Amino acid sequence: MKKELIERIEVGSGGASSIEFTGIPQDGKDLVLMFSGRGTISSVSRFINVLFNADQDGNYNYMRLRGDGSTVTSASSATKYRLEIGLMPSASATANTFGNCQAHITNYTSSTPKPVSTDSVTENNATEAYANLVANTWDGPAITSINISTSGNIAEHSTASLYRVVAE
Amino acid sequence: MSETPVKVVVDLSKPKGQRESIIELTAEEIAEREVMATEAEAQRLVEEAEAQDIADAKASANDKLAALGLSAKEIAAITGA
Repeated sequence: MKKELIERIEVGSGGASSIEFTGIPQDGKDLVLMFSGRGTISSVSRFINVLFNADQDGNYNYMRLRGDGSTVTSASSATKYRLEIGLMPSASATANTFGNCQAHITNYTSSTPKPVSTDSVTENNATEAYANLVANTWDGPAITSINISTSGNIAEHSTASLYRVVAE
Repeated sequence: MSETPVKVVVDLSKPKGQRESIIELTAEEIAEREVMATEAEAQRLVEEAEAQDIADAKASANDKLAALGLSAKEIAAITGA
């Protein structure tokens, strides 16, 4: 298996409310989304939200494990209206720091529920920073679009890269 | 910088170089976004409160162990903290 870059997008001046990949080619096995981001809202961190095919009908479930350096917490839900694939720093975090997130979406062209495993880290030169592992599933048809958003805007210089995993 | 929030739409069915569009949000999308932000903030506050409860319980447990005569090293050894 090898990973091929489909497209990489960098958010321009003024930020953007979301990044949406549409018309996703259906010739891969899996998709890998790599996101480097920062939020603009006044907060140390913000969720990175994802919708597949614009679905907001409670067809996502997740189980999350989060560490902040001193405490570990977990959460889960079987009827989420969107995926929270991770956290990224926002406007109250150290200036110019960005978080990293990677989501692996398995069998994205199938009509069966698709597992999505994600890991993310925030960056902050202070005590509040997070590492996040999330196991998700989306019960829907083949994925043709992916929408990435947060509350507030995604800051300028954030990037989203979409790869497909193909058989060699 | 635009007053109206924008979204970046990348149509992968088009050739490279012609895929990216910057589109202003509609009034409906802006309203939806505000609802999502409110929900996310409420959820964040709940999770912060839960994390604080855990931290408080941990501190209380450590205090009780110390009151029983355990050293900080001994407490760390049995709690993994």
